[in-house]
This record gives sequence, C-alpha cells and structure tokens, in this order.
Amino acid sequence: MSAAPRHGGPRRGRSGALRGGEKKCSWASYMTNSPTLIVMIGLPARGKTYVSKKLTRYLNWIGVPTKVFNLGVYRREAVKSYKSYDFFRHDNKEAMEIRKRCALVALEDVKAYLLEECGQIAVFFVESVCDDPEVIAANILEVKVSSPDYPERDRENVMDDFLKRIECYKVTYQPLDPDAYDKDLSFIKVINVGQRFLVNRVQDYIQSKIVYYLMNIHVQPRTIYLCRHGESEYNLVGKIGGDSGLSPRGKQFSQALKKFIEEQEIVDLKVWTSQLKRTIQTAESLGVTYEQWKILNEIDAGVCEEMTYAEIEAKYPDEFALRDQEKYLYRYPGGESYQDLVQRLEPVIMELERQGNVLVISHQAVMRCLVAYFLDKSADELPYLRCPLHTILKLTPVAYGCKVETITLNVEAVNTHRDKPSLNACVDEFSLPAAADGLRLGSGVVRGGSGQRLLLVAGRRGGFSLVSADFVCVLQVFGAGQDQGVPKLCRHQRGRRWVQFAPLALGTCWRQQWERRRLCLALFMK
Amino acid sequence: SPARELTQNPLQKTWEPYDNGLPAGHSAQRGVCMTNCPTLIVMVGLPARGKTYISKKLTRYLNWIGVPTKEFNVGQYRRDLVKKYKSFEFFLPDNEEGLKIRKQCALAALNDVRQYLSEENGHVAVFDATNTTRERRETIYKFGEENGYKTFFVESVCVDPEVIAANIVQVKLGSPDYVDCSNDEATEDFMKRIECYKNSYETLDETLDKDLSYIKIMDVGRSYLVNRVMDHIQSRIVYYLMNIHVTPRSIYLCRHGESELNLKGRIGGDPGLSVRGKEFAKSLAQFINEQNIKDLKVWTSQMKRTIQTAEALGVPYEQWKVLNEIDAGVCEEMTYEEIQENYPLEFALRDQDKYRYRYPKGESYEDLVQRLEPVIMELERQENVLVICHQAVMRCLLAYFLDKPAEQLPYLKCPLHTVLKLTPVAYG
Repeated sequence: MSAAPRHGGPRRGRSGALRGGEKKCSWASYMTNSPTLIVMIGLPARGKTYVSKKLTRYLNWIGVPTKVFNLGVYRREAVKSYKSYDFFRHDNKEAMEIRKRCALVALEDVKAYLLEECGQIAVFFVESVCDDPEVIAANILEVKVSSPDYPERDRENVMDDFLKRIECYKVTYQPLDPDAYDKDLSFIKVINVGQRFLVNRVQDYIQSKIVYYLMNIHVQPRTIYLCRHGESEYNLVGKIGGDSGLSPRGKQFSQALKKFIEEQEIVDLKVWTSQLKRTIQTAESLGVTYEQWKILNEIDAGVCEEMTYAEIEAKYPDEFALRDQEKYLYRYPGGESYQDLVQRLEPVIMELERQGNVLVISHQAVMRCLVAYFLDKSADELPYLRCPLHTILKLTPVAYGCKVETITLNVEAVNTHRDKPSLNACVDEFSLPAAADGLRLGSGVVRGGSGQRLLLVAGRRGGFSLVSADFVCVLQVFGAGQDQGVPKLCRHQRGRRWVQFAPLALGTCWRQQWERRRLCLALFMK
Repeated sequence: SPARELTQNPLQKTWEPYDNGLPAGHSAQRGVCMTNCPTLIVMVGLPARGKTYISKKLTRYLNWIGVPTKEFNVGQYRRDLVKKYKSFEFFLPDNEEGLKIRKQCALAALNDVRQYLSEENGHVAVFDATNTTRERRETIYKFGEENGYKTFFVESVCVDPEVIAANIVQVKLGSPDYVDCSNDEATEDFMKRIECYKNSYETLDETLDKDLSYIKIMDVGRSYLVNRVMDHIQSRIVYYLMNIHVTPRSIYLCRHGESELNLKGRIGGDPGLSVRGKEFAKSLAQFINEQNIKDLKVWTSQMKRTIQTAEALGVPYEQWKVLNEIDAGVCEEMTYEEIQENYPLEFALRDQDKYRYRYPKGESYEDLVQRLEPVIMELERQENVLVICHQAVMRCLLAYFLDKPAEQLPYLKCPLHTVLKLTPVAYG
C-alpha cells in the first residue's frame, strides 16, 4: 500500500493491499489492470519450477504479491507415496483422474488467491522448451535426485525413472503454436535455457517486466559477494548517512577484503560501488577496476542525515517512533523509505542477474534490500536483516535458491544494527459500545495486524474510537484521560476475533494532514 | 601499495582517485558499462516495414539515456549520389547499374559507420537499409567482426497490406523521391519497388541464422523472436523495442500550477499551490474536458504541488516518486541570489555545464535522466497520458520526445501554466 492517499485511486480490491497476510504493494502493482495468472508449460526437467520460484521471488521483491501453486505438491498431497514413472503414463486412467483433480483444486486455490471481488484475470503462459540432453541430465541431478518423490534411491535409478517419466509426457505434448492455434494467447517461449525467445501478444506492464526479467536471467554458475564499506568516521560517532571517509579500522578492513578476494581466486570478478566516498575508498584498496553506481547510494535520510539516533529521537520524536513501527514503508522527511530503495535498486538486480561473478560494496540499508531479494525475505523482515560491518555475504545459486555463506573478516567495527523494538501488547478485554461516535476521519486508515482495515474516528468529546472498516463496529475507544494508546488486543463484536492493533503507516502527505492531530498520533505510537 | 587518494570532482560531485594530482584510471562512473565494444545494429526488412521509424526512434532513445548513437540511412546515401530518382526500375534485381550504385552506397555508409564507431567515440551505429539477403548481411557481419563491433540484427516482418499502405501514406508520399509525383503515381511506383525485393528476400531463419544475435519483430509488435542477446545494451534495446507501439495517441506534458515558493523565487521544497496556481488547475481541468481524450491516464509526482493540480481534474491519477523535481541538495528552498551569495563556486559551475552539474548532496540533470527512464518506458507502453510534473523533469521528458541533445536539455523552455501536446507523426 502506498503511503500517500489518492483521489479515487486505482481499484484496490484485487491487489494484495488489503488481504490478510499484509503484502506491501509498491508502485509496480498499480500498473497491472487485472491480476495475472502465469501458467508454466513444458516437459519435466525443463526448469519450470526453477523459473516459477525465481520469478515469484522477483515479483514479490518489487512489490507485486505473487504466489506459486505447484501441481507436484498437490499431487504429493493426494498420493502419499510415489512409486514409479508408471503413475505418469498417459494411459493410466486412475492416475489421470487424480492428476486432473489436483489441477482443479489448485485452480480453486489460485482463484481464491487472486480474486476478492469478481474480476478478470490476465493469463500469461511461460513455456520452457529444451532439447539439449546434457541440460536435462544436469537438471535432473540438481533438483530431482533430492525430490521427495525419490527419498532413498540411488542416482542411476532416479535418472532412469525420471527419464521414463519425461517420455510419458512426450507422447501428448503440444507445444504452444504461435502461428496458428495459439496465436491469440499471451506467452513467452523460452528455448534452450534462454538462447532464444518467442514472445507473443504482451498485454500489459507486468507481462512486459516478466519478459524482460526472463530474458536477463541465466543459469551459469557464479558467485555474488555482498558487503558494506569499511567502518566510516561517521559510523564511529553513530551518525547516519553523510559522505564520510573510512576510519582506520575501515581501511584495515579494505586491506583484509583485498586479501580475501585474492584468496577466493574469482574468475572475471566485477566490482561495483556506490558514489559515496566510503565504498569507493574500500574498492580502491582492491586495486582492480570498479564501477560506481549512484543508485547504490545509501538510503537518503532527508532531514535526519548526519544525525545520531539519539539526536533524531530528541529532535523528531514522532518520526523516530513511526520508523520503528513500520520500518519498510517509513519515509524520512525529504528522504526515502526502504520501499523507495527497492524501486531504486531494481536495475541493479536486473544487471546482477545478467552478470557472472560480482562483488557489490554498498551500505546497510542497500545491502538489506539486495539480500532480501536473493534470500526471498519479506518486506517485514527486510529492514531488520543483519548486515554488519566488515562481514561478507557469499551467495551461490543452487537448485531452487541461494546458498549463503557469511564470512567475517576479523577486523573490529561498531555495531550499526537496531532491532525492532517490541510493542507492549496486553491481553485485555474491553466492552464494546454499540455505535461509532462522531465524525469519520476519511484518511485515517490504520492497518490491523491481520490485515483488517481499521478507521480512526474522532469522538465528539475529544476522544478517538477505533472502528473496523469491514465490520462497522467499534473496537476500542481512546480519549482524554483514558489509557494512553498502548496497542492492545481488541475484540471484534462480531466474529469474536482478536485483532492485534498495529500502528499507522504514514507517508509525507498524510503527515501534513495529521499536523493538527499530533497528540493523538503520539498516543498510538508507543 | 597504499590505496590511492580520492578527490571529489567539483562539477559532478563524484569521487575519483588521483595519482600525483592527476586523475587516474580504475573507476568508471556510469551505472553500468553499457558498451564494452561498439555495437552495430543492422535493420532488416522489405520497404515500408518501419525500419527507418525504428532506427530513428531507437537512436533517439539511446542518445537520451547517454549512449552516443547515430543512424546511417543508405537510402539517403543513394539520394545524394543519384540526384534524381526516376522510377522503381532502379531497384530491379537485374539492373546492373542500379546494383552497382546501391552497393557503393552501402559501402560508403559502412565506411562512415567505421569512422563514427572507431574514430569519433560513437557507441552504437544503426545501419538502416533493407539488408534482405543473407549475403549482404554476411558482408556486414564480417565488417563488424573485422572492426571489433558486436552486430545485432533488427528485422521487421509485416504482411498486413493495410499497415503497409498506411506506412506508405505516412512517410513515402512525402519522400524526396516522389516530390514531383501525384499520390497515386507514388503509391503505384512504391508497390512495384517492394516487389523488386520480394524474390530475393531471405528472412532471418531460426536454423540458418541461429548463431546471430537478432530480434525479429512481427506484425508491428504482435510477436517477437529474440535470439542470442549478448550483452546489456542489446538487452535494453530488445526491451525498448518490445515496449513501443504505433497506435495513435497524444502525450500532454505540463508543470504543476504556480506554487507558493515559485512566488518567492525559491527553488525546490514541497510547497502548495498559490492562488493563481489553483486557478491554473481549474483551467487545466476545463482544457482536459474539452479535449475529450479517450482513456486518459494522469500521472503526477509525489510532491504536493503536482498532486494538488491533479486533484482539480477530478479523475484518478498515479503518483510517481521518480517524477519528483530535481533535488537541489543544500540549495533547496533558496533563491538564486542566495545560492550565488552562499555558494558562488557552485553557482558558477552550474552555468558551465548545467547538464552534468550536480547540486551538493543533490542531483544533476544527468541523474534525472537515469531516474526518469522507467517513466519514458512506461510512456511508450501507454496511450493517452497527461504528465503533471516539474521544470527540470519536464525538460528531460521533452528532450526525449523532441530529440534534444544534452547541451540543450537544461535550457528548454517549460514555463508554468503551459501544456505541451505531443503527437507522434511520421518519424518524429
């Protein structure tokens, strides 16, 4: 959900903004007119699951809520134990029935996921075609040998059974036909692991992004190294942001980094830095060519630049509290949010996908965003990922994900990490008055912990009520003299559910509207 | 050996290493090294398939994002050599004289390509000709190899007679070749010209040309075949080509209404509209209504003044943070006099190279262009759009559409309370 209100904004019902499970939609999701169903096509061991998971990870990272529905998983649920490829023979009627039923169940789940109201779904097919036997064999070894279908068999048997499984499909395989039968469908056909692509009838922005992404990823083995600049002068005094140089320990780290890189003996390593002095100084020690990217610069803290956290808390207590409540969406006044950072970093991710071995020397917030992409961390976890100074994260793609190795170069540094402060949640019951009191504040939307939309309603006597937008009942009343707004578990009158109240996520525009209501906000921000 | 010292470039505020007071190597400043070696883009296709349209558009886009690009239209070379065009017979496959001249022109163009890429620091050259035979393409590919260029083919295939006819009307009838002919005569001659090529046309083939890097565009973008994309710039080119379309539409660009800070002569900030600014917003609403635009999308930045302007329209709008005004860093909310007084060096530097000049802790026009690239890409995808933005931002967008170079960009006229309506026509 974007932090700024929009007039008559894009219809929200079908986006992820309001579902339980709280996805933080970014600008990208608003470019789609309707939800999209991506359908994978291809013989087994053609990389469908690999592409599904990777694409899902990318789309979630840029803020488009996406979920994978893997038919194999449904099948394993239905048929507890896999015996042999016979199950997949196209003349095995019983098995066919089971597989068809699984597909229908999966589609029902898809429908539930995509639609809150009635609406159209755009369908986009992704077909993977590959006739190179070496690639197929490598795929089988990488992901099938360890599949739940083959718990204890030895490699040869697995290979044999799986190849026979593929043969079962070949009999009835009808590839997408762009010239005749399927010419009106929207699809991309990926041929031989990205050597060639056939793209047909791309309908909208999100399909165009998907196509671009699929055309940039590759499966060549390689390693990505992520680290921060060495400790900086500002780090030493606890100031955030700015453009300071390295401290003596930071310079030590650069030397240690150089030694580490040399020991790793990496082929054709590319080195990227931001355009801030501290990352460039770190790279200089390596004595190799490096590229400076402005978009790798640390998050812009706006008016809080070059202040310590103590100074920020003293000068901007509301901002300080707000940031701890919703660190991902929170935008510094005149600065950026983690959400903005993700948008800014998207070209870096795209280029990282294209490249081979790369070392990215960046900053804490930036590194968190990059790590979240590679390790599939949610927006809630992202701002709290541990990216300490003088530590390198070594990422190696493997099977469906990324192997990660943390390497601490033994050079001391200050700790710049702040954990999420815990909220005081009390389990209390409150009696619920029957009706909402007073004027409705249209723009005061608060997100409940389970995704419920709650409205802040001004009471005539100067207090405030919390009203559930979905069920139109009053949940809690805060007012002058009443308990000063520590978030509590509240009970719905209808449904009797406990809804944990999580505070406001605000952006710049709302802040201005709320200027007058600062006192009320402070109540909620504990 | 100790790490080299860094010095900050006063104009661009970038940190560069130096040895003995002189700038040293080892660091590149563009986000990504776009081109390790020059790229030669070769257009392929029968006449009236949009090759020149694509060449010019692609060249404009690449130059705007900072990749020096130039197009070489072989037809133009032919017109320079053969002063007067007589008829389609020049293009008959058995016209020895014609073939000789056409080959000569192709070689002259390739020579100029070589000069541009190898001697004049060009990064990309677009070779715009029919290149419909495998033999011709091999010649060009070899030329590329000899000179160390990467070759990328862009083929446009179209069989829809309506599209061809429309193309002819849009760009051929007004061509210098047909200046003395009636429209009917011109069309008839051009159709025969196309026929001359058809028999020898060898389209890029999935098997025969499997080792070449190319994109084949079919039916004006209904589908694409992409083969062996080699590097970053080719990937960007493919993405761009897949996003452009030819459906008629209009793009409206304007700034927010006059703001409170505008009144005080201060730059930047996040002020609201002045009284006159609000009036403008109302007039804008009226204007938009009168234009009766189909499915108009409205985009604003995330700054109050553009949003207030859009609010007056009473229609849904999208807020883009990347449309925010240029960040003037330490100079935010100052008047130009104050800047000159407090930062005289900065003030002078900005006038020296306004495009590359970056405000201390702020941005440059060059940064702005990089930031706005997704907007341009999405504008290409969209149809009717109204973009309510800011002065520097609007200059960047305008420079893209009107093909203005970096030197002119920061000085383009984008006054308040003025709407620019852009409609694609022919090649521009």
